[in-house]
Amino acid sequence: MGDNVIKLDYVIPGDDFSVAGEASSNVKKVLNQLGIPPFIVKKATISMYEAEINSVIHAGGGNAHVEIDNEKIVVEITDQGPGIPDIELAMQEGYSTAPDEIRELGFGAGMGLPNIKRYSDELEINTEVGKGTTVRITIRLKA
Amino acid sequence: MYRGAAMKLRDVVSILDAEILAGSENLDLEITSACGSDLMSDVMAYVKENVLLLTGLVNPQVIRTAEMMDIKVVVFVRGKVPGKNIVDLAAEKGISVLTTREPMFVACGKLYSAGLTGRGA
Ligand SMILES: Nc1ncnc2c1ncn2[C@@H]1O[C@H](COP(=O)(O)OP(=O)(O)OP(=O)(O)O)[C@@H](O)[C@H]1O
Ligand SMILES: [Mg+2]
Repeated sequence: MGDNVIKLDYVIPGDDFSVAGEASSNVKKVLNQLGIPPFIVKKATISMYEAEINSVIHAGGGNAHVEIDNEKIVVEITDQGPGIPDIELAMQEGYSTAPDEIRELGFGAGMGLPNIKRYSDELEINTEVGKGTTVRITIRLKA
Repeated sequence: MYRGAAMKLRDVVSILDAEILAGSENLDLEITSACGSDLMSDVMAYVKENVLLLTGLVNPQVIRTAEMMDIKVVVFVRGKVPGKNIVDLAAEKGISVLTTREPMFVACGKLYSAGLTGRGA
């Protein structure tokens, strides 16, 4: 890849749950095409998928910006949703504010953010109540 | 990690008397472990190796979740037949889709008794 940086941008629609995950799916395809080792691809796409789903079910959709260089994959999911009032609480396994209709879709167990923490090398969450949330996930390509 | 005895996808089809809706080209795929869940949150958090997923949940996120987790086979239980959009999405991702009339507990029990005892988690 040399010094090249690959940049990918996606809109994450908030009104159609059936397409939630398409951005992550596309990124997975690109990472595989770049020949990135499968276990790193998995770390990146699981993390991104959780954040993408969160932006749909908790924040009415958002945007994804992905940068890939020689050293790392950085995924940034931004939304203009309600923000997260207590981030420590939100990071706890099992904590969820998802309504019943989200549970019926198979999500809302409060596992997503802890799962991103587990799979990513760096996780940064910037959130402001009433303004929105940015989740920045870094996956290193080298040990 | 403990692995159960392998079986092939064609064995799963016959054990569950299942219909294959997508990915019939993968009948020789080796299956070593399985997971039954209606909660994709749990599948995302706990599945560690390539498994066969049994679920009673029917929506496109089942296939998306399978894609992210490198799950190659999804079995819809209790006679649930996914819509064309779901089957097409799976076919595009190379994921095999089965449907069986058996309810979740019986489907899991039948596969387990037949030797599919790997947990994949
Ligand atoms: N982008 C976001 N905007 C607003 N709130 C959020 C956002 N992401 C997460 N949260 C809050 O943090 C909680 C925990 O998130 P987490 O992803 O861990 O669980 P969940 O999405 O509720 O369930 P799961 O991820 O298991 O489907 C959510 O229930 C929600 O209250
Ligand atoms: Mg979540």
